[in-house]
Amino acid sequence: MDLLMDMQSLYLLVPMAPLVGAILAGFFGKAIGRRGAHTVTILGVLVAFLASVVIFQDVLAGNTYNGSVYTWLAAGDVRLEIGFLIDRLTVLMMLVVTFVSLMVHIYTVGYMAEDPGYQRFFSYISLFTFSMLMLVMSNNFLQLFFGWEAVGLVSYLLIGFWFTRETAIYANLKAFLVNRVGDFGFLLGIGLVLAHFGSLDYATVFDRAPDLANNTISIIDGQTWSLMTLICILLFIGAMGKSAQFPLHVWLPDSMEGPTPISALIHAATMVTAGIFMVARMSPLFELSDTALSFVMVIGAITALFMGFLGIIQNDIKRVVAYSTLSQLGYMTVALGASAYSVAIFHLMTHAFFKALLFLAAGSVIIAMHHNQDIRKMGGLRKYLPITWITSLIGSLALIGTPFFSGFYSKDSIIEAVHASHLAGSGFAYFAVTAGVFVTAFYSFRMYFLVFHGKERFHNAHHDHDHAQGQDHTPHETPWVVTLPLVLLAIPSLLIGYFTMGPLVAGDWFGHAIYVNLTAHPAMVELAQGFHGATAMALHGLTLLPFWLAVGGVATAYYLYLVRPDLPQVIRQRSGLIYTILDEKYGFDRFNDWFFAGGSRLIGSRLWRWGDAALIDGLVVNGSARVVGWVAAQVRQLQSGYLYHYAFAMIVGVALLATAFVHF
Amino acid sequence: MITVNHYLILGSLLFAISIMGLFLNRKNLVVILMAIELMLLAVNMNFIAFSHYLNDLSGQVFVFFILTVAAAESAIGLAILVLLFRNMRSIHVDDMDTLKG
Repeated sequence: MDLLMDMQSLYLLVPMAPLVGAILAGFFGKAIGRRGAHTVTILGVLVAFLASVVIFQDVLAGNTYNGSVYTWLAAGDVRLEIGFLIDRLTVLMMLVVTFVSLMVHIYTVGYMAEDPGYQRFFSYISLFTFSMLMLVMSNNFLQLFFGWEAVGLVSYLLIGFWFTRETAIYANLKAFLVNRVGDFGFLLGIGLVLAHFGSLDYATVFDRAPDLANNTISIIDGQTWSLMTLICILLFIGAMGKSAQFPLHVWLPDSMEGPTPISALIHAATMVTAGIFMVARMSPLFELSDTALSFVMVIGAITALFMGFLGIIQNDIKRVVAYSTLSQLGYMTVALGASAYSVAIFHLMTHAFFKALLFLAAGSVIIAMHHNQDIRKMGGLRKYLPITWITSLIGSLALIGTPFFSGFYSKDSIIEAVHASHLAGSGFAYFAVTAGVFVTAFYSFRMYFLVFHGKERFHNAHHDHDHAQGQDHTPHETPWVVTLPLVLLAIPSLLIGYFTMGPLVAGDWFGHAIYVNLTAHPAMVELAQGFHGATAMALHGLTLLPFWLAVGGVATAYYLYLVRPDLPQVIRQRSGLIYTILDEKYGFDRFNDWFFAGGSRLIGSRLWRWGDAALIDGLVVNGSARVVGWVAAQVRQLQSGYLYHYAFAMIVGVALLATAFVHF
Repeated sequence: MITVNHYLILGSLLFAISIMGLFLNRKNLVVILMAIELMLLAVNMNFIAFSHYLNDLSGQVFVFFILTVAAAESAIGLAILVLLFRNMRSIHVDDMDTLKG
């Protein structure tokens, strides 16, 4: 009993510690100073991380928890509560979130050292950690939505952190608006769940889900849809917004306007994976609808392949990594669609480590280059930034799926899972994820070679840059607060796949946290059957197509950017139309600007001119005033101002009243 | 024989005359004050007539009150009139139209 109580307060401690740090750094930032701000927030996240480790041990020992902490609102039978669901899925996410967040907190001490908004930044990232933990630890849809919106808000604040830059303001507004589209679908999905299940509690909803599997719903007369399909697709639209899936992906590349630490924490490792986590959490619902799963898989496949293409032509170091993130999120989504939820979570975990590593390494390069982000003006940096170089190499190797690296296990499992899937669209998805391997390898190593190898092109670049005035032109390794997180993230990027592949994918590690209908969707069974140990899998991987595609990608990048650096220019000129399409990012930004932004502004101006100015102001407000004025102008004719007229009116009135009194 | 009806008719006549004085007079504010006095006298006439025929003295007591109040009222009315004349240099009724909207 005592132990249970202790665990409960520990659960509470995990999200609350970062919140306290955020409040202290945010409201008392001036009083506690820079050192105070980073001390309290790092302490808060450290406490959350250590508590997560303890909870992890406890969950491994077989203790799960599902209960509410606080009833926020009770309306009839519907109770809106704040509660925690602690199982293996949750605790894995808690560990990933708190660990990456801790690394980013430490890193930020070095990265933001000269920024005037230092305390504000720490407050925001701690607040983000709190929100993300609330999201993953939730035991009901309402709290999930709270965390969902809260991370969206903090993401908005952080993208626009340098709020004097016009591009940053544009980017954060864009991120917020695009996410609104997704959240609208998400909210509709939650509403449908509440309407048909009468509860927002996960356990209740999942229990009743099989009974409602064959229900249909008719929104437009004569059209009936399967209830489960509709709910799942609506929920997934929310995930498409948050996890930047096609066609709601447009906000993620622009979000690189924010400082690099948050690109690593929010826009690569944790927040964007909220959609993946949510779908995995909702697996008992998604398993009931093959249509929804097909939809998920196709959307993921499109994102995985086509966003990878865009990474090839980017020249901003952060944008290359951003498009790579989009592509990898597509991989996770494909895995979800193939019912390989645990593989998606596995890739989410490995990706969180190596992508946070790549982003932080990119940030380290950016510091060394005095905030110049153009990879065409780098090159040969491995001599000057040895730690950043090695860790970047590990991150890139993990990203492209080199055997024995963590990314290999997760990505190969995804490809195998898609191969085993028989849903509509799985053929296309298999092609997309396989081809994606080549693209991933190509753009990753294009960036790697351009930054760390080849000619040193940064000597000329500094002359037009303010930061470099009067400074040492030779780049030098960044301080230890920057490199320490790189090293600490490189270790799991290298090793974690090898050690967790067995239990997470082949075994039944998640237990009841993830539900898969194995008879209908046997991908996981086939994966488990084909698995004979992590070493065997890596050795076998050497003979498979994806590995050789990755090698091909690296070789192509090597040839084009190190052996014949003149070739890319030629290729670009020869492939005029394709290059234009990629450079325009398939025209999504332009279309959105023209259709949605332009369209709503057109509607807005019409509503303003006709609805507001003409109807409301003209007719209702000024119109009624004008009617009153006109009536008054007519009536004032009666007011002659002569006493005898008033007296006469009084007499006549008295006479009329008296007559009425006498006669009636 | 003079009955109460005759007194009432007289009272109504006085009242009608005073109303006519009020309405038809276009010239002089003093005439309006006089008409108001006459109106009160018409009311007094009714009071006295009923008081006599009903053998109730309180009607006549009322008349004294009314006369007193009427005297005070015309004093105030004349004072206002004087002030009005000082300010507007006129006591012409048709000039008094500041109530006009």
